[in-house]
Amino acid sequence: MKYAIFLGCTVPVRNLSYEQSARRVARELGIELADIPEFSCCGYPVKSVHHETALLLAARNLALAEEKGLDICTLCSACTSVLTETSRELAANEALLGNVNRSLGAIGRRYSGKVRVKHLARVFYEDVGLEAIKKAVKRPLDMFRIASHYGCHYLKPSEVYDHFDHPEVPQSLDRLVAATGAEAVDYATKKECCGGAILGVDENIALQMARAKLDDIKANEADAINLICPFCSVMYGANQRKIQTKYGTRYDLPILYYPQILGLAMGIDAEELGLSQNPIKPKALLAKIS
Amino acid sequence: MESDACAEKDRVVVTVLDPKFKYEVAKEPGGENIKYCFQCGTCTSGCPVSELDSKYNPRRIIRMAILGMRERVLASDFIWLCSTCYTCYERCPQDVRITEVMNALKNMAVRAGYIHPAFRAQAELIGGHGRLYEVDEFTNEKRAEIGLPALPASSPEVAEIYGMTGLANLLSGKGA
Repeated sequence: MKYAIFLGCTVPVRNLSYEQSARRVARELGIELADIPEFSCCGYPVKSVHHETALLLAARNLALAEEKGLDICTLCSACTSVLTETSRELAANEALLGNVNRSLGAIGRRYSGKVRVKHLARVFYEDVGLEAIKKAVKRPLDMFRIASHYGCHYLKPSEVYDHFDHPEVPQSLDRLVAATGAEAVDYATKKECCGGAILGVDENIALQMARAKLDDIKANEADAINLICPFCSVMYGANQRKIQTKYGTRYDLPILYYPQILGLAMGIDAEELGLSQNPIKPKALLAKIS
Repeated sequence: MESDACAEKDRVVVTVLDPKFKYEVAKEPGGENIKYCFQCGTCTSGCPVSELDSKYNPRRIIRMAILGMRERVLASDFIWLCSTCYTCYERCPQDVRITEVMNALKNMAVRAGYIHPAFRAQAELIGGHGRLYEVDEFTNEKRAEIGLPALPASSPEVAEIYGMTGLANLLSGKGA
């Protein structure tokens, strides 16, 4: 298993503990992650503004991976959707691929349509598999109740994801959590959006969206939220205190990235998983383990 | 009187409608299926933004676009409120692909000079650094401390793409 790791914009600057734990756990599970420093933004934030530019940014990233003969493994769900959409569109539409290559040629790049894209969680779910993950667990997390937040672009649009999970009844993250021995918490707002994409347009609406889910997860007495997207983490982690102040609520709900949960279950040291760097310090949680 | 004034503002005046607008939307990437909409409202009923603020209503926006209310749609602040969660996209019985229709409308709004400041700021940052957040020296030092590889602070190829597609000119106000 070898992939080019696609960091995107938010992870390498704002979610270092996600990147750190992803690399650490991937290494342990035999997933080789190669770095391509020339990767840029995936194109997602530009798609609403200028479609052609977003298409070329995505295609250029795919071309860079193709030059190395590698498929792409992503950490951010928005990167996953834009890169997956583009890889599928260009593989299926020769005329569009020709147009894209005319533009990429001007910057010395070329793409032939071969690269496939997978989110790291999907790599765990499909390539590594639940059985191998269960075997890798040395310290079952049976003292934890964990609520998974799927977010939007990890599952949707479902037509580009080969239906590896169901957009209305998703299960992959709950199964990945259960594989670590923890209890996967079911809750009513599981599929709801974090609001991150409109944080800069209407903070009020965005924070209310994030709040609804925090309220629900807290009411279900989960110990932590399982996240797989850096921008969802900005909403539930970095903005959790802001939401508490604004609405007079109290959560103190640790957010964990899935590789951190899996890493803890595999017996990897919390410091190597960057746990002390998470926006909500998971001290009480870690005390439960030891 | 007040209710009359309100009604005036919201009144649909047939002579200022642009019947060609929907065909323009349908020519945009992502806008192709707009005319399939039969106004069932499945999109709005499952929309997490509409639930909190009725000023964002995807069914209504599509109706306005099909009616030809060009200026009211493109100059609006509501088209920027789609959180791109794709719930409506998945559920639409007519495969209108609403999330992508919203992207098409936003692209058209940008060309008409109505880019939302938050989206302008994001697009400018990416054009400048190749990423939404600059990877400065401080960030690379923090990365090095925990064994993460250094990343470049800019991407000349991304800037070239912005020049090639006309986005650089659009952002600087020179037109495409």
